Amino acid sequence: MSTPLVEVKDAARWFDVSPPWLERKLAGKPRVMLRAVDGVSFDIARGETLALVGESGCGKSTVARMLVGLYGLTRGDIRFDGQPLSRMSEKGGRNLRKRLQMIFQDPYASLNPRWRVGRIIAEPMLTHTQMTADERVARVSELLKQVGLDPADQGRYPHQFSGGQRQRISIARALAVNPEFLVCDEPTSALDVSVQAQVLNLMKDLQRELGLTYLFISHNLAVVHHVADRVGVMYLGRMVEVAPRDELFARPRHPYTRMLLEAIPDINGAGKSRTAVAGEVPNPLNPPSGCTFHPRCPHANDRCRAEAPVAMLAGVSVVACHAVEEGRA
Amino acid sequence: MSALLEVRNLRVEFPTRRGTLRALDDVSFSIQAGEVLGVVGESGAGKSLTGASIIGLLEPPGRIAAGEILLAGRRIDNLPDEQMRRVRGREIGAVFQDPLTSLNPLYTVGRQLAETIVTHLDMTWSQARNRAVELLASTGIPAARERIDHYPHQFSGGMRQRVVIALALAAEPKLVVADEPTTALDVSIQAQIIELLKRLCREHGTAVMLITHDMGVIAETADRVAVMYAGRVAEIGPVADVIHKPRHPYTAGLMGSIPSMDGHRERLVQIDGSMPRLNAIPPGCAFNPRCGQRLPRCATERPELMPAGTSRAACWLHDDKTMVAA
Amino acid sequence: MRAALKRWWDSDIAWAWRRAPVAILATLLLAVLLIGSFGAGWVAPHNPFDLTTVELLDALLPPAWEDNGQANYLLGTDSQGRDLFSAILYGTRVSLLIGLASVLLSMLIGIVLGLISGYAGGRIDAFIMRVADVQLSFPAILIALLIDGVARAAVPRDMHELIAFPVLIGAIALAGWPQYARTVRGSTLVEKNREYVQAARVIGVASPVIMFRHVLPNVLGPVLVLATVHLATAIITEATLSFLGVGVPPTAPSLGTLIRIGNDFLFSGEWWITIFPGAALVLLVLSVNLLGDWLRDALNPRLN
Repeated sequence: MSTPLVEVKDAARWFDVSPPWLERKLAGKPRVMLRAVDGVSFDIARGETLALVGESGCGKSTVARMLVGLYGLTRGDIRFDGQPLSRMSEKGGRNLRKRLQMIFQDPYASLNPRWRVGRIIAEPMLTHTQMTADERVARVSELLKQVGLDPADQGRYPHQFSGGQRQRISIARALAVNPEFLVCDEPTSALDVSVQAQVLNLMKDLQRELGLTYLFISHNLAVVHHVADRVGVMYLGRMVEVAPRDELFARPRHPYTRMLLEAIPDINGAGKSRTAVAGEVPNPLNPPSGCTFHPRCPHANDRCRAEAPVAMLAGVSVVACHAVEEGRA
Repeated sequence: MSALLEVRNLRVEFPTRRGTLRALDDVSFSIQAGEVLGVVGESGAGKSLTGASIIGLLEPPGRIAAGEILLAGRRIDNLPDEQMRRVRGREIGAVFQDPLTSLNPLYTVGRQLAETIVTHLDMTWSQARNRAVELLASTGIPAARERIDHYPHQFSGGMRQRVVIALALAAEPKLVVADEPTTALDVSIQAQIIELLKRLCREHGTAVMLITHDMGVIAETADRVAVMYAGRVAEIGPVADVIHKPRHPYTAGLMGSIPSMDGHRERLVQIDGSMPRLNAIPPGCAFNPRCGQRLPRCATERPELMPAGTSRAACWLHDDKTMVAA
Repeated sequence: MRAALKRWWDSDIAWAWRRAPVAILATLLLAVLLIGSFGAGWVAPHNPFDLTTVELLDALLPPAWEDNGQANYLLGTDSQGRDLFSAILYGTRVSLLIGLASVLLSMLIGIVLGLISGYAGGRIDAFIMRVADVQLSFPAILIALLIDGVARAAVPRDMHELIAFPVLIGAIALAGWPQYARTVRGSTLVEKNREYVQAARVIGVASPVIMFRHVLPNVLGPVLVLATVHLATAIITEATLSFLGVGVPPTAPSLGTLIRIGNDFLFSGEWWITIFPGAALVLLVLSVNLLGDWLRDALNPRLN
């Protein structure tokens, strides 16, 4: 069994959102830390697509940014092909950086509106390679064709393209220096359904052709069902369940996963009776004690209120839940 | 039985420096009392504009250039502002996407509710307040009697949307226009809000025009659905039929492109190209350049909504002449 | 070239300009002043600073349409016999030159500091902003006076004339940079968190490159409006300083100098010596201001 391409162990990222120093001293207020991600662990094998799902405040976008080095780690370890990610910011780290790229959610904000498309796509080449101008133009044309656009488009500006086309440009840019791993942060959430289909199909084709590995962040379980090999469910900064796709959808173990699956309105689910999820996601600045899901969980007991559960194997799934561990759920 | 809301040949235009854009072109449909009509479409299809025209909140320079909107047999598209304001609230309620901006942050929730009630119904202030508490409680907000005096910022997103729904129903309107009421909410809250809307409208006998791009929500909430494309209605019919037996090629493509949690397909259905911009709508059927079942007449003649099974579709494939020839 | 011009003419901003009478008027006025002043060598009927052509006997002549006026001295002459019309043209040139130069220098300092401040954040940001805050609490004139005074004291007398222009430009520029810095910093803070900047960081682009090639083009919008307003202020500041006698040297009088010279004669009946330069200054500043106001409103909906 080869080593996984990406290994994440107990990664955490806290943000200091305290009031300014002066205010704290004068009013005696404490430091406030936002625990956006509070200890997640998972692996991604070469060539697979791992999806991370969760609602607002769960930390999935923060995990995405930690994986490409936009945020540092407060705790824990992330390794890419055996090397620690922190090496990216060191002198020889350039080569490591080339191998992981990111696609963002907002097709309107992820491309510099003042640059031409050709320049945008060529930027990774300018940063990492010594290609001549002609070589760059040729490669940009090749990339545009690969994502289904016209090579002549490289002379135009982003605002002349639709949302779906801009996402294709983002993908072309991400592929410019032949990365192995792509982190996709809600790449189709801002797109219309039919455009989403085009982009998802494209991403699947590219994965097959180029042997890419994806980390796919989404809040849309239907999309996740379509693209993922394995799925990780996050809640308030922690991973509550990780399982192969079919297993997660057919036999969800964690109470939150179950509630999520029941709550999603589905096009084929007309008339299905469902139990609505109770309550709302708590404020991430003030999370509940013990297992953060306990206020909304039908199986919560005293242990859940006091002690945070540890991830353990349950069949082929990894679940962090006392009720599952004790056989109550 | 005559319909509660009838939209006939509605045309909405936007004059711009490069010519007049026709954002809605000959849109017609009706809503019966108590039914839920879903209006779906992708961005630019014109569904929000349709809702705005009905509520009378079309932003200038947009204007209704032709057609009629009738509420309970009475025309409301040509009313002066003052009268339209009375219709809005009393007979038509509105729920918008963003609960943050739908509520006035400076007034308590109770004050906003009571004000709406007093303006439209014949009640004293204290009667209105009691009614406001009842309404709030019926939307599932716990401790309504205390929370009635809270400000909007003291509620969470989902709770605020419940307040907005209460506000929309406060004056007992016959129709509620809901424009993307759950899009800005978390997924698990969406289900709660949709349930609430369904239940309350059923209890009050209110009809709902539910505008959204989310077919899943429509599948579970609506009785009938209208699919819009490039400012026109492409198909309209009972929800199960439109979703599972679509008659218009666009609807078929749309339904096929939506990933579902049941079953698994390797590729999603893909409609090549994209919705035309308002200043570049093709002649004939607006969908014809992207249509795999295009006929010669599709590029020149624009199809009206015609019967197709239990629905109606604006497509020449369902024309008698075509079917006889086939 | 022609294609680019055509594209500009078709743009929204040019179209809006064609429909705003105030903007067209202001632009025309400014154009006239610019051509007249920078082309003073060809346009002006006399050269008031060429001592060989100045006739002392023609001193204090009223404007041409008055009783004692002469046709070749359109707006009259001053106490030295210098043609006022020509003096105004040359003076406008000086005022404009100094105004434009100080605005450009101010923009340069302000934009760079604002970019660094907004992008780097933390202590660098705090330091630069505090310096800006402190400077903003002084009136611009005072700062200019201060710098001018220090320069005069530090440099031997015979060098004063040589350094007068640079010091003046530097003083006005230094008084104006905080506005640019603040505006650019605010925009930078917003752009810094936009996804295209994050994308550049993920790609591995170096910070200075991100700042100047990614962020800078996107924060320049409000700067343009600020610059037009600042131009008017700079011209007035220079006029004030010259009026006070600490601006341009007397060999290259600006409009402010001319106003000062004429001031002494205001109540003895030779009103034209101060009024006409004053009117010229008002027209100049007015046209710049009007154009700047229109530009701000025209750019606004697009900024949103």
